[in-house]
Amino acid sequence: MMTLKVNGQDHQVDADPDTPLLYVLRDDLKLNAAKFGCGLGQCGSCTVIVDGKAVLSCVTPLLLLEGKKVTTLEGLGSIEAPAPIQRAFIEEQAAQCGYCIAGMMMRAQALLQRNPKPTDEQIRAELEINLCRCGTHMRILRAVHRAGRLMQTADASPAKGSIQEGSIQGSMP
Amino acid sequence: MASPRMIGNIIAIAAIAVAIAAIAVVWRPAIATIDPPAPQSFDSALVKRGRDLAAIGNCSSCHTLRGEKDFAGGVAVPTPFGTVYSSNITPDPETGIGRWSEAAFRRAMQSGIDRDGRHLYPTFPYDHFTNVSDQDNRALYAYLMTRQPAHAPARENQLSFPFNQRVLVAGWKLLFLRHGTYQVDPEQSAEWNHGAYLVEGLAHCGSCHTPRNALGAEKARVPFAGADVDNWHAYAINNQSPAPVPWNAEALFEYLRRGWHSEHGVARGPMAEVVRNLSEVPASDVRAIATYMADMFGAPTAERKRRGDELLAQAGSRSPQAPPANGNAAGASLYAATCAPCHAAGRAPPYGGIDLALSTALSAPDARNAANIVLSGIRPEQGEASPIMPGFADSMSDDQIAALLNYLRAQFSHRPPWTDVTGTVRDARRTQTVSLPNPPADTTQRDKP
Repeated sequence: MMTLKVNGQDHQVDADPDTPLLYVLRDDLKLNAAKFGCGLGQCGSCTVIVDGKAVLSCVTPLLLLEGKKVTTLEGLGSIEAPAPIQRAFIEEQAAQCGYCIAGMMMRAQALLQRNPKPTDEQIRAELEINLCRCGTHMRILRAVHRAGRLMQTADASPAKGSIQEGSIQGSMP
Repeated sequence: MASPRMIGNIIAIAAIAVAIAAIAVVWRPAIATIDPPAPQSFDSALVKRGRDLAAIGNCSSCHTLRGEKDFAGGVAVPTPFGTVYSSNITPDPETGIGRWSEAAFRRAMQSGIDRDGRHLYPTFPYDHFTNVSDQDNRALYAYLMTRQPAHAPARENQLSFPFNQRVLVAGWKLLFLRHGTYQVDPEQSAEWNHGAYLVEGLAHCGSCHTPRNALGAEKARVPFAGADVDNWHAYAINNQSPAPVPWNAEALFEYLRRGWHSEHGVARGPMAEVVRNLSEVPASDVRAIATYMADMFGAPTAERKRRGDELLAQAGSRSPQAPPANGNAAGASLYAATCAPCHAAGRAPPYGGIDLALSTALSAPDARNAANIVLSGIRPEQGEASPIMPGFADSMSDDQIAALLNYLRAQFSHRPPWTDVTGTVRDARRTQTVSLPNPPADTTQRDKP
């Protein structure tokens, strides 16, 4: 049994320490935004934020998460109150099939927390490992720029303060 | 009895003789400028061969800054003596080599002298390029003079005194620059000789793979014995090779051509750009390099061959369960949870990770390459079918990666433990580079779609 902090809440998780975070999020906590794509850390659809950094939850076992703060897309915003990153993706209609988009948003979110005004080049480099088979890359690029602008306006702050939490640097004991 | 006046004369004459000798060593004349030749004045077949040769010479690696214009220079080359910046070798008349004649270009390649007569620092590997034939220099010149000119003034080198004095380079050349070090060996095949010509000349493999002495020259006594370069270890590629499975010409050809080999792994670090370039040149050139290098590795001993065969027989049938921890429970758990799902899944590269007992990085003299790869992973190569591995820099601490590496070393190599792995990981994280190759030079000139 271990305590896993997700979106600001503590969860008691009964799973082997080598269980991938993705399985716990989806199967136990019913947080289904992070997607199972390849299961091998090669596609990015399972991306979540851990202590401010984008990580691939399918290759991140629970044993690496002791004392860390996990943020999933559900922790950023909801349908009723979308976070800036979600609003931007909706406004730019950046999803086609949508399977990769949760991962794209999480990695973009981690980038914007670090660098509120990334260049095209920086966004491309950052999102390079997240694959999109539909080919909405140009819209994703616009959405990330838009999200960056939205985040700088006061009324567009993300829900529940989970982002600020997630951006605190943590380390394993 | 010599009068003081006679002694004075003798000293004066000796001083003049020394000065003349020094000037003979140091001074080189400028070669007259030319009007930049029209690109159409070069034979297209010559230009095309020049393109292949430039790829074999890996020119772009030092002369093209990522994201900047091809061959415009400005790439920082760190050396123990300071930082040297590569020069602009586009045909720009002001800042490039647009006003250089072919003779000036040839002299630079053979003797490390620029058009003005200045000594070039040996970061430009003319200790190898001196072996390039006049014909190949003509092709390289034709290729470079038909590139897009880029206006990019040279960046000031950052060398401390006395290394910022170019005259010193003349002395370095006296000691270390040997012309004609490549000679045809009539005992060997034409392919071997072509390979030797490329490896010892334009491809300058020894620049990274041969250790250097205190003055920055390759140690001629231990060719290809392995060296550290750009925060990576360039493995020994002679009979000291740490590869668990001995290399042969066929495997070398495939690796150099495709960038990875299922029994050896993926080329990364500075080697990534080398193999990307070699993927675009005629197969016969790469085959020649492979033939010669297989000979430099030498035939494996019976014991080494037996062990390699044994590892290959076991590969692919590894249990996903972690082998015993031997006191490193943290490393064993990390292996089982993060490495085994790909590396012990019974899928050969590129669809699965290499069986770690075949990994050269884990049998290497230090943990540097393994640390780089665990931190940054292996990124997909644009436009190529290549293996992918996620990086763990953002999910594992230095201590965790060190525990993992110590475990991997103990389980998957027959070598003694590495020392100060945590220090190596810390250093690797500090200088973390994804080390992706530059995009191909001049895509419009590619044969491939």
